[in-house]
Amino acid sequence: MSDFDRDDGVNRRKVLECMTWVGTGVLWTISGGVPHSLGIMGEAMAADAKGLTFLQISDSHVGFDKPANPNALGTLEEAIGKVNALPQKPAFMIHTGDISHLSKVSEFDDADRIISQSKLDVHFVPGEHDFLDPEQKLYRERYGRGTKGAGWYSFDANGVHFIGLVNVVDLKAGGLGNLGNDQLEWLEADVKSRSASTPIVLFAHIPLWTVYPEWGWGTQDGAQALSYLKKFGSVTVLNGHIHQVMQKVEGNVTFHTARSTAFPQPAPGAAPSPGPMKVEDDKLRTMLGTASITFKQNEQRLAIIDTPLKG
Amino acid sequence: MVRSAISAALLGAAVGSVLAGGVLFARAQSPAAAAISIDNFTFNPQSLTVKAGTTVTWTNKDDIPHGIAATNNAFKRSQALDTDDSYSFTFTTPGTYQYFCYVHPHMTGTIVVQPATGGNTTQ
Repeated sequence: MSDFDRDDGVNRRKVLECMTWVGTGVLWTISGGVPHSLGIMGEAMAADAKGLTFLQISDSHVGFDKPANPNALGTLEEAIGKVNALPQKPAFMIHTGDISHLSKVSEFDDADRIISQSKLDVHFVPGEHDFLDPEQKLYRERYGRGTKGAGWYSFDANGVHFIGLVNVVDLKAGGLGNLGNDQLEWLEADVKSRSASTPIVLFAHIPLWTVYPEWGWGTQDGAQALSYLKKFGSVTVLNGHIHQVMQKVEGNVTFHTARSTAFPQPAPGAAPSPGPMKVEDDKLRTMLGTASITFKQNEQRLAIIDTPLKG
Repeated sequence: MVRSAISAALLGAAVGSVLAGGVLFARAQSPAAAAISIDNFTFNPQSLTVKAGTTVTWTNKDDIPHGIAATNNAFKRSQALDTDDSYSFTFTTPGTYQYFCYVHPHMTGTIVVQPATGGNTTQ
């Protein structure tokens, strides 16, 4: 914790101040390229979050109706309701995959109907559950416009370079998530000419770092992708897939996974399998939620706050 | 009552013959069938030996979809299997078939198909 606790410009109190509009969660900041994580779950005040604020939503699994959450569409709607209630409108939203549970047209339709209620631009990357239709075409038809390959792309906002990657297609027997050579080459070229001071936000469904290979929680060629980002002072990697908040800091790279809006999954190795975890009804909403991320100009800080549906 | 007694007797006989055969489901009956259950993100059994001509049926018992794909595309890939969905494939050519779950590729399994006649019989 000593790394996280040191005061390097923005103290804990100030960090708390920019949490006002999100309520409860875990707040992250990046200072001088060094991520700074505070495990805060509680109410905060102040509304001085200037700069760029965007939201991360993940693992909606629309269509899931098993005991772990018989109404995944309902909890997605609750999450979007919370987004709409934010006093400060985020610039946009990213969705880190598993929009649907079985890639059915009706599931994508339902998801779109609810998510569009946020009236935010949404930048999607697919999860493995979004490529389960026989022809593996629905995701690309709906969300792939202007993207490369299976749906990767980059864009800029407020001086931050965002890169959406796809690591859920062409998976290899015995392996983990997979980016593949085409995407790696594209990534290398995409970041090559950018200045090292550009903050980078990389997002993909499966964690790009190895969380727990026994459950397939990692990306085989994730390290290769990250090797192209070594020169950058600030790299933030946002993932989903594991339906729980997990964080890691390695050099200038901050890794973070978001909660699902559908159902929780067990901590690595805490159950016989990573399948949906059934919890007490009144506990479910404390284990579902979204994340919000703020990049503050001048302060070189990126703050990530995880907000459960119910504190 | 009479019917259930008869059923029980038939069931007993069936179980007896399978046990006598030594290899569950792999008896050279017509048509031969074998089952693989997908439970807790694993294939059960993980390795299965059958005679050529056997229809192997995978059934997903998890709350998460799985999909069956041969490692070298040696047999037809299944559609996504939701909870309790099944996929069957009839193996006619002897050989060793490696497969995996294309949704969760860390899940792997093997099917060994032996010649229908001759070779290692279990008798």
